Order: sequence, then structure tokens, then C-alpha cells
Amino acid sequence: MPGGSLMTGRPLPDARYFQIAALGCLLAINFILIDFGARPLPSAIAIGSALLTQLVCSRIAGLPHLDLRSPLISGLSLSLLLRADALWLYAAAAVIAIGSKFVLRFDGKHIWNPAGLAIVVLLLASNGVWISPGQWGAEVWFAALTGFLAILVLGAARRADIAIFFFGSHAALLLARAWWLGDPLAIPLHQLQSGSLLIFTFFMISDPRTTPDSALGRFLFAFAVALLAHYMAFFMQMRPALYFALIIISPATILIDRLLPAKRFTWADPVPQGVLR
Amino acid sequence: MTYRAAHALKTGVAMAAILAQLAMGPANAFCGFYVAQADSKLFNTSSKVVLARDGDQTAITMASDFEGDTKEFAVVVPVPTFIERKQIGVVDPKTIDHLDHYTAPRLVEYHDDDPCQRMMMTASTMPAMPVARSVQDTAVQKKYGVTIEASYDVGEYDVLILSANESNGLVNWLTDNKYRIPQGAEDVLGSYIRQNMRFFVAKVNLERMKGLGNGYLRPLQVRYQSAKFMVPLRLGTVNAKGPQDLIIYALTKNGRIESTNYRTVKIPSDIDVPLYVKDEFGPFYKALFERAVSRENMHAVFVEYAWDMGWCDPCAAEPLSNKELVELGARWIGSAEDDAFRTNRYSGGGGSDAFVTRLHVRYDARSFPEDIVFMETRDRSNFQGRYVQHHPWQGPSTCPAATTYRNELPARFTREAKNLEDLTGWNRTDITGRMALTGQQVK
Repeated sequence: MPGGSLMTGRPLPDARYFQIAALGCLLAINFILIDFGARPLPSAIAIGSALLTQLVCSRIAGLPHLDLRSPLISGLSLSLLLRADALWLYAAAAVIAIGSKFVLRFDGKHIWNPAGLAIVVLLLASNGVWISPGQWGAEVWFAALTGFLAILVLGAARRADIAIFFFGSHAALLLARAWWLGDPLAIPLHQLQSGSLLIFTFFMISDPRTTPDSALGRFLFAFAVALLAHYMAFFMQMRPALYFALIIISPATILIDRLLPAKRFTWADPVPQGVLR
Repeated sequence: MTYRAAHALKTGVAMAAILAQLAMGPANAFCGFYVAQADSKLFNTSSKVVLARDGDQTAITMASDFEGDTKEFAVVVPVPTFIERKQIGVVDPKTIDHLDHYTAPRLVEYHDDDPCQRMMMTASTMPAMPVARSVQDTAVQKKYGVTIEASYDVGEYDVLILSANESNGLVNWLTDNKYRIPQGAEDVLGSYIRQNMRFFVAKVNLERMKGLGNGYLRPLQVRYQSAKFMVPLRLGTVNAKGPQDLIIYALTKNGRIESTNYRTVKIPSDIDVPLYVKDEFGPFYKALFERAVSRENMHAVFVEYAWDMGWCDPCAAEPLSNKELVELGARWIGSAEDDAFRTNRYSGGGGSDAFVTRLHVRYDARSFPEDIVFMETRDRSNFQGRYVQHHPWQGPSTCPAATTYRNELPARFTREAKNLEDLTGWNRTDITGRMALTGQQVK
């Protein structure tokens, strides 16, 4: 099985390297080519705070390895999605995200996707944040979709089927809605062209550490999130609905894992199950 | 396209309407003087919509450049809820014009100091103040399965609130009642019906209009409570002859608004341009906007202004009064007095409780397939479409610094020429030729 850690220095194909490269590219595109709202200082604060929190929490938890890949992905995701009217909120988001992995745990897994939880907590608790809808323009969107799919196909991210399940469910619901309303196809296709949807699909809901262990469980989970998000967005006019739906449904993972048990995921197989990463 | 010719004509009219009038300036942090503005009349088929949003409470005020026979005027607007009489009003078109001028892209000018000594600057200011008449889109109608939920007399308008079971019935009803509904509108109406939206339908009552003696149609305002924060564009695109312009002025409590389903992009700003642009600011801004639109493949919403309503710098027009803001729907500000909004508001701290965002969108059915949905952000950073010109020092100074200053001028003019070319796509030779006429000789 592929896997490995920075500590061993073995050059193994961990999906997170590709994910970091893809998110890093998007951030670079934002700064150089097409501004979708990320700013250098807030981005640096979000990423730096995420890495620092991981460092501190790993020390406190006495982990044998310091793995900075996951917090880097969380920090990059927050940079691309989160907007705030004060710099400390970016740091707060990163601390909540990474801290939650160490604190909010059940049965050896963390319950919530770190960046998703941070976004929801801050949206509820602070008046100063909002989420960039991530309208990257058609070219960047298609490029990102292609890149993210390529990472999946490369097979480096195991259990990435949930990304496909979710994207499929979400798209199917949008298409069904368009059909019911008699809207042209252009509308659901346009609704899919959201950058934040891609980040959510490929980096949050597909986080293998917070999703059900069995394939059927993952499908049910993905569909439930898509359905709730659709309801919240179109019937409650709640935006951004995706993050709220994910955070509300995430605890169901515990139940799904009980009902549909399967082998627990770890990023690197050699590391014993349940070790904090 | 024929509307380009109309643009040119309108531009001429708008620019001719600029009157010399001293602007009362607040603190000059930018230290520039406002000299010209590009108001919305430059762009033809430009509808104007003012949105005032507080929580789930929305007031939408609609003005368009309807110029036909008033008895032909009709408007069909999908609204998310039932509308009572007290939720409908008419607004003085001057109030919208005022907001338009206040938020318009502007040209500011500076005068270089004597390179040999510090000097003060002087300049004239001249805000514009045209007049507009307004009103709204057309769309149209017939019966079956249509419920007239209410019927109101509102100023010069007869207003109906309709709900419908299916789009054919609505189309038939509207058509029977002499609303001309464009081909292909059924699908769009059907979509709104399925979403449980009502239809706000208005026609002009010529009798009452005569009685009022206004001679023009006033913008209609509808206020409602709904989580939906959107502008219904789709009906207007059904039979459009080409792309249309919409300018959205949003009044909010906390920060600027942005589109959740299209890119929201700031218009290029704070750029030095040649002196002659002062005489052609209208065409300049029009060319700039068109270039920005094509750069985004007509898929973006442009921010032209985003600022705390409590102050402005430089001010393109007098600040709006509390009364005007309340008239436009910002009822949360707590005063409807006829004094300037910023009075007693801006203390230099956290800002006032009214923020304005001016968005400009050029759209058609292909590039904007779905209605624009907005959200209010917490972003209170100020932005304005602002173009700058620097008048060179003309004095007789002869010190070494003056020589250096003069030697550097042609390079500066070259940069200004390049800026103008980049912004507008105008021909470089034409630009440098025009610049030479105003004493700006490029290298």
C-alpha cells in the first residue's frame, strides 16, 4: 500500500502532496492571474497558524511524528475560502480547525473536517467572516476540476469515491431541480461552476479521516449531505449551505460506522490505528 | 449594434448636462478634486435597481430608461412573497439620480507643485446633476389559473399582485390584459411559479397620472421580507435585442454586497490618465467598462463603488440625506430628517450603519443564465472607480530640480498614454496626438 511520512523521508505517493500542489497552484493563480479574493497576509496567517497549531498539538499529544501535510491542506483551503474583516479571525479559524482534530474525537477518529468546522463555528460565532463563493471563472474552474479528478484517478487518495458520490448527488439534485422548474440546462451547469464547491468536494467531504469506513456508508453520507445542503440553499435560502450540511451530518459517521463496519482508514498503513495525525 | 450610436448620443447629452457647482468636500484623504463622473446614463438600456437590505428585509426600487408612450408602460416583477399595499411605494427619480451621481466613477485632478518649492494646489470642482425619468422593464400576459391576490392604486400606477398555477395561464392572462409578453417567457414564468413566487404587475393609470401632473413615471418600490436576496434578470433577457446594462445600488448595514453565483470584480481604478480625458470622461469610462466586460467574457459583476455612506472622498455629489436613504429603503438608520446622513454619524471609528455598493453588470441570457443572487459581506473597505490626472507645473522655475522635473515629464506622459490605451483599447497614435494638443508631449 502506498503511504509514508515526512519523517521517514521515503518519497511515496501520498495524495496529499498532489492536493497541496493543486491548492498551492490555485492560490498562486489568485495572486498572479485572476483575483478571487484571497490576500497574501491573511493566507500566510491561516497557513502559518495551521502549521503552528499542528506542531503545538502534536507535542502536547506526544505524537511520534509531526505531519504537516494535513494542516497545510486545511490552511490552504481556509485561504481560498474564508474571508474576514480582521486578521486574527484567520488565525482563529486555523486554530479551531487543527485544534478540533485533537480535541473533538470519538473512537479514534476526529468527527469533523477541520476546515469545514472552523468555517461553520466562525460563521455562527463571529460577525466578521463570510465565505467566498469562489467564482473562479470557467477556465480556472475546469482546470481545477480536471486537476482534482486527476488526483483521484491517480489513485493516490484512497476512499476518494466519496468525492464522486457527493459531486454526482449534488449535480443530480441541481439537474432535477432545473427539470422540475423547466429551467434551461445552462442554469444547473452554471451552478456547478463554483470554486467553493470544488474545494468542498475534493478537500472537505472527501477527507478520509472524517468519513464512514464502508463504501456504502460513504455513499449514504455523501447523499445525505448533498440533500441537506440542497434543501438549505434552495428552500431555506441559507448560504453557504454546504459547510453547514457537512458539519450537521458528520456525527452520523459514528452511527454509520457501527452499522456498516469496515477497515479504518489511516493515511499511512504502518502507523497504528487511532494515532493522531 | 445600433445601441452604440445611441450610447454616443446619450453620452454627449450627459456630459453637456454637467453643471459647474462647488462640491462641499470633507477631509481630503485622497487630496484629489473631483472633476467629472460617468453616470449611468452613458449606458443605454440601463436599468437601475436600488436594493436596501437589512436582515431578511429587502426594499427594491426599480428605475429604467423607459422612453416610450407611458400608456405602453408595463412591468412584471417576480417577488418572493405576497405584497400588501403598504409595502409598495413610488420614489422620486431625483433620489435615485442623486445616489447614482454620488457613487459614479469619477475623474480627479491634481496640480503638480513647483518643483523648486512647496506650493499649494487649487482646482475647480464640478459635480454633475442631470435629471432622469425612470421606470422598468417590459414583459407581459393572460389568464387561467391566475389569482389576482390584490389590486392597488399606487400613484400613477395600477398594481396587481398575481399568483398562478402554471405559466400558460399566466401568459394568457397577461396577454388578455394587454401586457405584451415576449416569446419564450413561459419557461421563465413557469420557473418562478414553481418557486412559489408572486408577480408584481404594474401599468400606468393615465387618469391619475394626469391628475398628478408629474409628466414622468416615478420608480416603483416594493418592500418585502424574504431570505431571497436576488435581482430577477431572466424575464428581461427573454426578448432582449442585445446585452443590457443594470446598475445595482445596494444599501446595507454591515458591508459591501457581492454576487454568490457570478464573479464580482472591481473595475480598474486609481490610474493616471492624460489631461484630455477630462473632456471625454464619458466615452473614456464607457470604453473602459466595455473592455473590462470583454476581459471577463461578460460573466462578471463589476464593483464601481463601495463605501461607507457616512463620508466620501472626493465626493462626486452631496451626501444623501437621511430622508433620501429612508426613501430608498434604508429604514434602519433611525432618522428621516432632511439633513445629510453623515451628520452625527461618522466619528472616525467603526463607520456608520449604512454602506453602499454600486455594481454594474452587462448581461444577456447566455452569459447570465440565472438570476444574480447576492450576499452581504462584512467587508467595509472602501473602493471607488477613480481616475487621476496630474497637471504639470507650468511656472518659470529654473532650479536644477525643475530641469530634472521637466526632463521626466515625457516619460510620465508616455505612461499615461499607455494606461489609457490599456484601459480603453483606444489607438495609441490618436491618444498621443490628442495629448500633444493639451501640451502633453510624449517621448
